[in-house]
Amino acid sequence: MENLIWIFVSALLINNFTLAYFLGLCPFLGVSGKLVTAFRLGLANIFVMLITGACTFVLNTWVLPYAPYLRLISFIIVIASSVQFVEMAVKKLSPELFKALGIFLPLITTNCAILGLALFTTNKGYGFVEGMIYALGAGAGVTLALVLLAGIREETRILNIPNVIKGTALNLIIAGIISMAFMGFAGLFST
Amino acid sequence: MTELENRSQSSEEFLKGLWKENPVFISVLGMCPALAVTNTAINSLAMGLATTFVLVCSSILVSLLRSIIPKQVRITAYIIIIATFVTVVDFSLAAFTPTIHKELGAFIALIVVNCLILGRQEAFASKNKVGLSVLDALGMSLGFTFAMLCIGIPREILGSGSLFNMPLFGESFEPWIVMILPPGGFFMLGFLLLGFNWYTQRKEKNAKILDA
Repeated sequence: MENLIWIFVSALLINNFTLAYFLGLCPFLGVSGKLVTAFRLGLANIFVMLITGACTFVLNTWVLPYAPYLRLISFIIVIASSVQFVEMAVKKLSPELFKALGIFLPLITTNCAILGLALFTTNKGYGFVEGMIYALGAGAGVTLALVLLAGIREETRILNIPNVIKGTALNLIIAGIISMAFMGFAGLFST
Repeated sequence: MTELENRSQSSEEFLKGLWKENPVFISVLGMCPALAVTNTAINSLAMGLATTFVLVCSSILVSLLRSIIPKQVRITAYIIIIATFVTVVDFSLAAFTPTIHKELGAFIALIVVNCLILGRQEAFASKNKVGLSVLDALGMSLGFTFAMLCIGIPREILGSGSLFNMPLFGESFEPWIVMILPPGGFFMLGFLLLGFNWYTQRKEKNAKILDA
């Protein structure tokens, strides 16, 4: 149990996918203009990551031991198609949830955070439960980073900012400061 | 088209990736490798070269197959082609330079989802002849490697006081550790983009003054 909590907190704060591994930066910088959109993108991310965790476990247990060179190709294709499959199921079963996540799902599938999750889970040798907890933590971490950046960006809109730093340069420097703050969490479990 | 025009178009396709449409500084593509592995100059160079290999090879293949691949499944086809070459790079690096492979870790495999590569296939290689596609891919990936070095060299000098693992300063140098940690990546690219913005805006302003 303690191990599972450690995996979750580590993925959420200490080894945050966006702020420590730089995964999923394109949506991080692209969609973080508005708080509401950023939060919904984060939720969609958690959703896709949980599916990814399950797919990774299935592939790692039954397919990849026999054909290790197919690792990358099978990860991408299986994840993309199962997300599409689940997307269709959600559309049928709960149109409201689909409306909330809808447009983001196809975007996220080829996001580096998703493939990164599959690769890291494999490298760390997690089983099913650990893998799912890791996916949940990673997804929540991406959501946290997105919401934090979006919140700060909404505030910067009312400030008087020189033209030369507007846009990506400013977002990157804000992200750097958030990332520096997150490094403080590294001391959380050391003692 | 005359031969001269032809040649100028070729050099145009090659040069645009280096500066005018630099993938990292102008289009802000392929950022996750650009920030994640640029903590030393060697890693930046290795990542740049690996990306060059994948981009050039997949551009050749996509350009050759451009009339065969059906439109509906083209993205899937591109991804499979890219993933194949990334697997080749992954296995060769593991065999020839195990230390670099270990340091770059999962980021070699993550070249597959580098938007720069898929972007070039969709925007250029799928519409142009093999020769032009190779030039475009070479220019873009050289621009990418150049950007990686622009980020990696200062980060290594400031963060560990060395360049390509050779110490530059004496014993008394106090390394600025945060530069080789994740926040350093964000800051470095942020400041480089700031410089780029400043340069372009100044050029526009000067052009306006000259016009008036």
